[in-house]
Amino acid sequence: MMYQGLFRKPKNALEIRDGEMEAGQPYIADDAYVKCPKCRKMLYAADVRDNLEVCPECGHHFPVAARRRIELLVDPQSFQEMFSPGAGNGEGREKRAAEAIEAARNPIGFPGYEEKLSAARQKSGEQEGVLCGLARIGGLPTCIFVMNMDFMMGSMGTAIGEAITQLFEFAAEKRLPVVGYTVSGGARMQEGILSLMQMAKVSGAVKRHSDEGLLYAVVLTDPTTGGVTASFAMQGDVILAEPGALIGFAGPRVIEQTILQKLPEGFQRAELLLKKGFIDDIVHRRKQRTYLINLLGLHSDQIQI
Amino acid sequence: MTEAVEYRAYRRVEEARAKGRPTGRDYIDNLISNFTEFHGDRRFGDDAAVVSGIGRLRNMPITVIATDKGRTTKEKVAHNFGSPHPEGYRKALRQMKLAEKFHRPVLCIVDTAGAYPGIGAEERGQAQAIAENLMAMMSLKTPVISLFIGEGGSGGALALAVADRVFMMENAVYSVISPEGCASILWKDAKKMKEAAECLKLTAQDLMALGVAERVISEPENFREETRQAKQVYYRLEDLLYEEFQWLRKKSEEELLAQRYERFRKFGRPDSEQRADCQAGQ
Ligand SMILES: [Zn+2]
Repeated sequence: MMYQGLFRKPKNALEIRDGEMEAGQPYIADDAYVKCPKCRKMLYAADVRDNLEVCPECGHHFPVAARRRIELLVDPQSFQEMFSPGAGNGEGREKRAAEAIEAARNPIGFPGYEEKLSAARQKSGEQEGVLCGLARIGGLPTCIFVMNMDFMMGSMGTAIGEAITQLFEFAAEKRLPVVGYTVSGGARMQEGILSLMQMAKVSGAVKRHSDEGLLYAVVLTDPTTGGVTASFAMQGDVILAEPGALIGFAGPRVIEQTILQKLPEGFQRAELLLKKGFIDDIVHRRKQRTYLINLLGLHSDQIQI
Repeated sequence: MTEAVEYRAYRRVEEARAKGRPTGRDYIDNLISNFTEFHGDRRFGDDAAVVSGIGRLRNMPITVIATDKGRTTKEKVAHNFGSPHPEGYRKALRQMKLAEKFHRPVLCIVDTAGAYPGIGAEERGQAQAIAENLMAMMSLKTPVISLFIGEGGSGGALALAVADRVFMMENAVYSVISPEGCASILWKDAKKMKEAAECLKLTAQDLMALGVAERVISEPENFREETRQAKQVYYRLEDLLYEEFQWLRKKSEEELLAQRYERFRKFGRPDSEQRADCQAGQ
């Protein structure tokens, strides 16, 4: 089989023995290699990890779990988790956020939702689909939220809406900028209309923060669709996107089913949105931290803490 | 349980979509005098899915924004079956800003399966248009009431419903996703839409219990026909809307906006009463 030659650097002969691949029984751990969906090359998972979860061959941006993304973005050890469900061993607001997750357990009694939540917690190791908190980016104190695709496709329910709303309210009060990373399949339908209401609720908090003259920068990652795009993803003062990210209101399949034709290549991708004037720039993951440090610095005369 | 009782929610959905049901335009004709239609978003074009203009509710000048599905097949096509493109939402926002300037209250009449999912709509920023409306409506310094008369489809309906009050016609529905869409995503079977409708809590009564709507307006048996009973519904609506707008207009701008913020802030807040109501409703 031809796969073998594509492994860039087998560590030793024991790891990939001749014939193993042909038998369809690779003698390797399942997670040692990943296949790049863009260039289709087999890559060492460790190489991808060391390269900020970006394909070293073609630059494809792999999905990143929220906690890992924060690690890549903020000053070392500066992240203090607040408001996100699961952060709550504190008092007051943090405690309220922790309670939000309890409240959101199954607000409209949707059948099977609790099991889905449990499975998502198991899979992601997180309590909900967003991490929020306070961190330093290039020394500048910043409120951040990072959504998590691993958690029920990044769908937004009441717990996420509540956490992000509390973050913006806190940022407005403390006069801090907000940096957000979005990834979402849309609203969480198991919470029915209450998930839709989160779009309005977060928009209200973004508006109040904005009216205080404070900066909100948002980075759209693959994929950002539905109710998240139609609210806080598109409400940043500065809107950035990762290369190749799918960004839209309706999902591609819904559109194809509606118009009964295939969508053109590159449709709803970050590159097209840039051309159409809906985002400020596309920033490679490697450059995001530097970009944001510069951006925050240019707005930092407004920061008083 | 009989099927009729079991699937009461989906029967509302069917009624909300029924042919011959009064359209946005019918409500304008029956509620508003001297209606003057204004067109266009001043950016791209005029979206006929959204009908907007000014007129009088009794003696009060008012801005009206309605999604309109159209009556005849020809009209339906012209109005894109009531599914707006971004320019429809931008036209609505332009009218809202004018309402603010001239201290007119805003009545939004909502009847849409949702914002249109098409190539042009996406390329011209459907999500951005909706997001902008949500943010702008949160701070619009004039009273807003949204009246749901048929389908209230997700973000495309919400973009006209960040309001101080939401009134629902008895057979109107309002949901984050269509029952068919929900069933096909969750259960890979769009034919389970009746079960999905039940689970989504999308009826007017459900929405009242959840705190999403403030009032349900009862409909006559044969609301699809122009009867005396149908006329009476409009008279009653006129009274209700007029009184509610008068009440909202007494509030200071600060109070109005603070209460509008709180109206949405409560959803999903751990200590909010809305949750208790919802639990009790089950
Ligand atoms: Zn690649």
